[in-house]
Amino acid sequence: MSSIAAVGTEHSLVFVRTAPAPSLPPPFASTGVIGWMRTNLFGTPFNAVLTVLIVLFIAWAVPPLVRFLLIDAVWSGSDRQACLATVAQPHIGACWAFVREHLAFFTYGFYPIEGRWRVDIFFAMLAFGMGWMLWLDAPRRGLGALYFFGIFPIVSFFLLYGLPPLGLEIVDTSLWGGFLITVVVAVVGIVTSLPLGILLALGRRSQMPAVKIVSVVFIEFVRGVPLVTVLFMASVMLPLFVPPAWSPDKLIRALVGVALFSAAYMAEVVRAGLQAIPKGQWEAASALGLGYWQTLRFIVLPPALRITIPNILNNYVSLFKDTTLVFFVGIFDFLKTIEASREDPTWATPVTSASGYAFAALVYFTCCYSMARYALGIERRLGRSERR
Amino acid sequence: MASAPASTPETSFLRDPRVRSIFWQVLLLALLAGAVVGLVRVAAGNLRDNHITSGFGFWNQPANFDISQTLIDYSSSTSTYGRAFWVGLCNTLLVAAIGIVLATIVGFVIGIARLSTNWLVAHLAAGYVQLVRNVPLLLQLLFWYNAVLKALPDFRDSLHLPGGGYLNNRGLFLPSADFGGAGETIMAALGVGIVATIVLVVLARGGRIAAGLATGLAAAFLVGLPVVAALASGAHVTFDFPQMSRFNLRGGMEVIPELVALLLGLVIYTGAFIAETVRAGIAAVQRGQIEAAEALGLPRILTLRRVIIPQAMRVIIPPLTSQYLNLTKNSSLAVAIGYPDLVQIFTGTVLNQTAQAVEIVAITMAVYLVISLVTSFLMNLYNARMALRER
Repeated sequence: MSSIAAVGTEHSLVFVRTAPAPSLPPPFASTGVIGWMRTNLFGTPFNAVLTVLIVLFIAWAVPPLVRFLLIDAVWSGSDRQACLATVAQPHIGACWAFVREHLAFFTYGFYPIEGRWRVDIFFAMLAFGMGWMLWLDAPRRGLGALYFFGIFPIVSFFLLYGLPPLGLEIVDTSLWGGFLITVVVAVVGIVTSLPLGILLALGRRSQMPAVKIVSVVFIEFVRGVPLVTVLFMASVMLPLFVPPAWSPDKLIRALVGVALFSAAYMAEVVRAGLQAIPKGQWEAASALGLGYWQTLRFIVLPPALRITIPNILNNYVSLFKDTTLVFFVGIFDFLKTIEASREDPTWATPVTSASGYAFAALVYFTCCYSMARYALGIERRLGRSERR
Repeated sequence: MASAPASTPETSFLRDPRVRSIFWQVLLLALLAGAVVGLVRVAAGNLRDNHITSGFGFWNQPANFDISQTLIDYSSSTSTYGRAFWVGLCNTLLVAAIGIVLATIVGFVIGIARLSTNWLVAHLAAGYVQLVRNVPLLLQLLFWYNAVLKALPDFRDSLHLPGGGYLNNRGLFLPSADFGGAGETIMAALGVGIVATIVLVVLARGGRIAAGLATGLAAAFLVGLPVVAALASGAHVTFDFPQMSRFNLRGGMEVIPELVALLLGLVIYTGAFIAETVRAGIAAVQRGQIEAAEALGLPRILTLRRVIIPQAMRVIIPPLTSQYLNLTKNSSLAVAIGYPDLVQIFTGTVLNQTAQAVEIVAITMAVYLVISLVTSFLMNLYNARMALRER
């Protein structure tokens, strides 16, 4: 560098920089909060107008909502008096006291009070099994699957329904209710719909025309009608088709309806996964001398199911939301307990309904949203291995 | 398969795939047939024991119950169960039609908003979609009906809507247009306009006339013909505004609160799903396509109309169809809030009165099946036209 400076005469006034100029700070308006706002909120005139409108909308909508849900809300009380507007407190928000008072009913329904520990153990077992299945790096996940799909359903049946030799009294399913029923319906749907769905999907892709036609007709029929009608069918027609002696109880009928319905949707999800497996895989397995079921077990199903996991989980989210429909066949699921308590005269206030629904929405949203986020996480994880 | 050496003499008969395939199929069909015969016999026995005569004789019996919303003539004293069925079907189709139109609008607006460069707009839209998709539709319907519409003021303190409408706990009251007897003429003109539009679309697709000309002509036919008809028949359109009287609102058009709640719930719920479909469809358009359009100097609106939407529609249409079908099927949740749709009238009231469970559930399912199959058939046709034609 100095050699360049030395090119001119000693007295040259030409200034030659010998080091790079220090970089100037970025313009004030393009960094920090202001810069972010300029690019993301006021980028174009249209965006600026939109931003102003939305800010106005938020200012109009959010404060009353926060006031209703938190600030003006009534947190404790023993009856409707607590949640009625008075001169001292003219604005009454959500009546959380009502929710607190009915929380046990929302959770257990009419399950006998002295037997509620059984339900608590069921929830604990479920949480344990779900944790084991959902934590992808958990040890012995094969054992976990055996527990979740095999041991857990059988044990919980006896735990909840009763087993007199062990001192567990029989609790009729008509007494079950609340979140318990929602979970039972969802778990039965989850546990039965996957195997049934895989069988139907395989049937649909079968080379045997009779098997294929039967599967297609079943899948398209169930997918073409609303779940409400399937449940009505299960509830009014099932008793007709079995001898009166073994007429199934109301819950079983609803469970059959939900299982068949979700199996048909699951079949379509699994079919998409099966279609992604190249034909060469089947042919290679044949060439190795593997039979049909061996090919499925070792070659086709593992990758097909793996890529389908996010869709399966999203299907479970729909299933969880659809459990609310057992409402129509007279089963006291979580939503129905809220709907029934809402009309409880001891808590009749103008805000009771809204409070009950807000609580229900919070519970359903928490369950469904976490499942959906988990599915998204799996999808990203799978995507990472695909991208390599 | 045909050339497989499976049928060569050294393969055992039992190991021949064709023999096995036939065996399994015969077994499946035999089991199914056995199950059906068994079930029918049990059912026949049960029906006999309960003194229920099966058959469709109830169809022509008088119904003797009231329906709160009837699009076709119906009276509880003279109409039959069959008539009640048609009333319910019309109500279901009404909800489905209005719901589909509104949900499409909501879905496209929200879907495009999710891709907005405005951070607030994008996140507000995303929040809406997440909130609505993760709460059961039934809960949303109950909320709109019981916590919102039932909590509205009664008719004396009705909320005034812009344009002369009222909203209260008895429903939505809108002004209705009265064409002074020329209604049929105008409707006929509108019908001609629709037919003309379809013809123009077909011609434009065949390349026989320019698309721009077709659009202009279609607009002229659709709007102009009814206006000309109205003018020619000398009708002066009068609007009938709902008026406050002592005990009720009179005049105008009354929309029952159940319909308002059902539409709100269905549109908001399905709109969120359609928004996701739309977002995915637009995101599927390759970035290079948009950059190329920008490089050509196309304004943003033209880029959207000529480059993004035509390509995105190919991806959007199949899932959009299933959302329309979902909306139609979900309208059956009307039972929960007492909107007289097909399920509420037919599998509800009629079933309770006649006890013809098998027939009624079968008819109801058949209706939904026909709607589903016809819609998927039409959409498949449309999809085939829209699909990318590769060389």
